[in-house]
Amino acid sequence: MDTAVAEEETPQAPATEAFEPTIVAFVCNWCTYTAADLAGTSRLVQRPNVRLVRMMCTGMVDPKYVIKALLGGADAVLISGCHPGDCHYINGNYKARRRVKLLNDILDQFGIDRRRLKLTWVGASEGNEFAETVNDLIEEIRELGPIETRDMMVL
Amino acid sequence: MATTAKVDVPGSDPVLGVQEFLKLLLRQGEIGGVFVQTHLNPHGMPMPTLITDPERLDRADPLAPAFPMNAARMAARLTHGRSGDRVAAVLRPCEIRAFVELVKLNQGSMDEILLIGFDCLGAYSNRNYPRYIGGDDPMSLTSGFLGKTGGSEDTAQSDYDIAEACQSCENLEPLGADIGIGLVGMDLGDHFVVTAHTPQGEAVLSRLGLADVEDPSARRAAMDALVEKRTAYRNAMFERTHEATSTLAGLSEFFARCVNCYNCRAACPVCYCKECVFLTDVFDHKPWQYLGWARHKGMLKMPTDTLFFHLTRLAHMSTSCVGCGQCSNACPNDIPVMELFRTVGARTQAGFDYVPGRSFDEPPPLSVFKADEFPEVAGAD
Ligand code: SF4
Ligand code: SF4
Ligand code: SF4
Repeated sequence: MDTAVAEEETPQAPATEAFEPTIVAFVCNWCTYTAADLAGTSRLVQRPNVRLVRMMCTGMVDPKYVIKALLGGADAVLISGCHPGDCHYINGNYKARRRVKLLNDILDQFGIDRRRLKLTWVGASEGNEFAETVNDLIEEIRELGPIETRDMMVL
Repeated sequence: MATTAKVDVPGSDPVLGVQEFLKLLLRQGEIGGVFVQTHLNPHGMPMPTLITDPERLDRADPLAPAFPMNAARMAARLTHGRSGDRVAAVLRPCEIRAFVELVKLNQGSMDEILLIGFDCLGAYSNRNYPRYIGGDDPMSLTSGFLGKTGGSEDTAQSDYDIAEACQSCENLEPLGADIGIGLVGMDLGDHFVVTAHTPQGEAVLSRLGLADVEDPSARRAAMDALVEKRTAYRNAMFERTHEATSTLAGLSEFFARCVNCYNCRAACPVCYCKECVFLTDVFDHKPWQYLGWARHKGMLKMPTDTLFFHLTRLAHMSTSCVGCGQCSNACPNDIPVMELFRTVGARTQAGFDYVPGRSFDEPPPLSVFKADEFPEVAGAD
């Protein structure tokens, strides 16, 4: 691609083109995991950037899972569960929302961009939505560049 | 409400005045015991002590500029279950706030406790308090520390001052207490005041037969000045800390001396878990894991998980951080832990419009939720 050429000519420019974001996605068993599965069986093109972690519910995603993923070099974390009102465990998704709000407030104080942690609701039948969410996030993070932790020796 | 009564100070020593007040409560049968910081050794650190014999209150020194530990944890133990009698706990404002947080987490109870707070003028760190007392009897130094008008401006010694947490504490009034001891702006050689802040405190005070007084405006003015000074100090501390940790590299530098001893967690009154996950098998890593991680980047700092620990602790408890500074006090390597936890806590608390220890009616933010909130995080649909 032409930007790759430009990159050779101006080596100080960020190597965004070569950068492939790694995204850790915590998805709930009942909704988003099923949607991801559907996206797969529907043969929608899915890029290999995402590492899916199936949880029973987004309500059980402790903040430490997110922190560990980001410190471990994940460029972004996606948490995705059932739409409001649809949670298999009634309200786990609302609990997840408070935790994401909390983590956003903490992490951006240390220079971790808010866009690196995303919460979405994707229902079991929404394979298209899931593919779209993931692709949008990949694009967004590609522009943002790699996370600082990738190059840090002391964590 | 808010009855305010006057307590006369014998021998021009407010420490004796507080002791007399506590003895009165015990002798009149209002309480079955007093939980109060007490000198148990001639020169050592005063420790939280449960006293049932009024005669034993002679070495009680709650106002001493010593703060060995946040006693909220102990107060929680004293009230988690029944004792059969009411205990008066004399606590600093930050200890009261931490206790309130623990009650909300079902680790303590208000059923058998009478909270007695006081205008808190701060304390030296556990390292500096022994330097402060030198070879003297610590009891004799407390009234000097308080100053003649309770609100001593000259807490600074030649090369140290009261703890950073205390210098940056703007919540020095005992607002959550049943009874508050008012010291600031008082003529402490003569008297101080006690104010009821709750119906329980009101009932107790009314039975003691003390002379009612109006809350003197001198206290208000002196308190406002002190709060203003500490707030300014706090704001500068927030700014400095935020600047130093605004990147992960900065945060790493901030904790460069951390040896993962977890003393900060052990000392923290609101790190609420009976067993911290960082002390479980989850972090009992295997040799092959270490080697694998080292190969990943070519090197691995050990002990591992330092920032992971601090960031997780922030996520778990910063909404309840009461700013007591015991984390910094307990750190063997003088890392300003309180500064970071207060700075981040101020942000996370504001995010949920939550003030730890303010009210029993406000549940800890991560224990509740609403269906329609934080649309910027994820919409209602
Ligand atoms: S984090 Fe530090 S300052 Fe905050 S409550 Fe715990 S010990 Fe006190
Ligand atoms: S760091 Fe977290 S897990 Fe550990 S005691 Fe504190 S709140 Fe509990
Ligand atoms: S007390 Fe200090 S050295 Fe120990 S874990 Fe906490 S910050 Fe690290």
